[in-house]
Amino acid sequence: MAVHTQNPTAETGGSSMATGPERLWPYLLLGIVLGIVFTRSEVVSWFRIQEMFRFQAFHMYGIIGSAVAVGAASVWLIRKLGLRSATHRPMEIPQDEFEAPGYQYWLGGTAFGLGWGLLGACPGPIYVLLGNGVTVMIVAFISALVGVWTYGALRHRLPHS
Amino acid sequence: MDFLTQPWPWYVAGPLIGLAVPLVYLYAGRKWGVSSTFRDVCAATFPKNLDYFSYSWRDRGSWRLTMAVGLVIGGLIAGLTGPAEVMISEATRADLSALGITDFGGLVPSEIFSWSGLATPAGVVLIVIGGFLVGFGTRYANGCTSGHAISGLSALRVTSFVAVLGFFAGGLIATHLLLPLILGGGS
Repeated sequence: MAVHTQNPTAETGGSSMATGPERLWPYLLLGIVLGIVFTRSEVVSWFRIQEMFRFQAFHMYGIIGSAVAVGAASVWLIRKLGLRSATHRPMEIPQDEFEAPGYQYWLGGTAFGLGWGLLGACPGPIYVLLGNGVTVMIVAFISALVGVWTYGALRHRLPHS
Repeated sequence: MDFLTQPWPWYVAGPLIGLAVPLVYLYAGRKWGVSSTFRDVCAATFPKNLDYFSYSWRDRGSWRLTMAVGLVIGGLIAGLTGPAEVMISEATRADLSALGITDFGGLVPSEIFSWSGLATPAGVVLIVIGGFLVGFGTRYANGCTSGHAISGLSALRVTSFVAVLGFFAGGLIATHLLLPLILGGGS
């Protein structure tokens, strides 16, 4: 294979390099660990989200801020060192080129924020709260699916950049 | 072992959450995010010829759907082994009491986020409409707290920064304008 594939959607590629296939169990493990972290740090709590939007504690800002700091340092390092993934799939790191933020980021972001403020849970915590025994969150999950489906049906009529 | 069952401070939890970004990149080059699982579920169950759901959800979504199953299991494990009560600030407790919230004993106020709460107008708005907006908004903006606020800001994306501003604008409106209307106050 002479041509290096740049296609980020190539799922397995034709690489002749000795690589392991992508397994699912690492993702299960990651989810379990994150589910425990989200619960113990109380980011799944409606009360904590209210506290954040009322600027009455540093807790949520500290979590989001330190998560971004660790994420940004890691992404910088991965780029700097030109690291490749263990399974040799292409790195899907968003590129540096400036993209003017279109309507979807403002409008979609605000719609999401309204939902976040009311429900007190973003997508990850919806799953984690189900595990915590807040079974009524299955209704929030189904409502979210209806919201996603509605976007899928209307997207050509909604303003985008 | 007390550490494992007590609430964790931000400086432990935040970096652990941030590590998800490089771990997923270094394993398979994928951009960490949770909300796309909602799209995957729609694509798997009710695509109805919409182009937005015409993609191979198995190839693109298996990893994150598996992670979502892990999130539920992790929540179950943590819920069975730790305290439920959240020690929020006195100021927040006072504000929410003024809005009529009385049960501060769990992760969420049980008078709203329960099956009996779902039968009240406030429960319908917060759970059903809130859930709808979370789903709709996250796909319109093409990312949620994980995809934009954490993965996107980690890559220093301007578009993610704007989306996060939108998240906060919406959250502030919901908290300071809508909740007082929905919950009334003390009634």
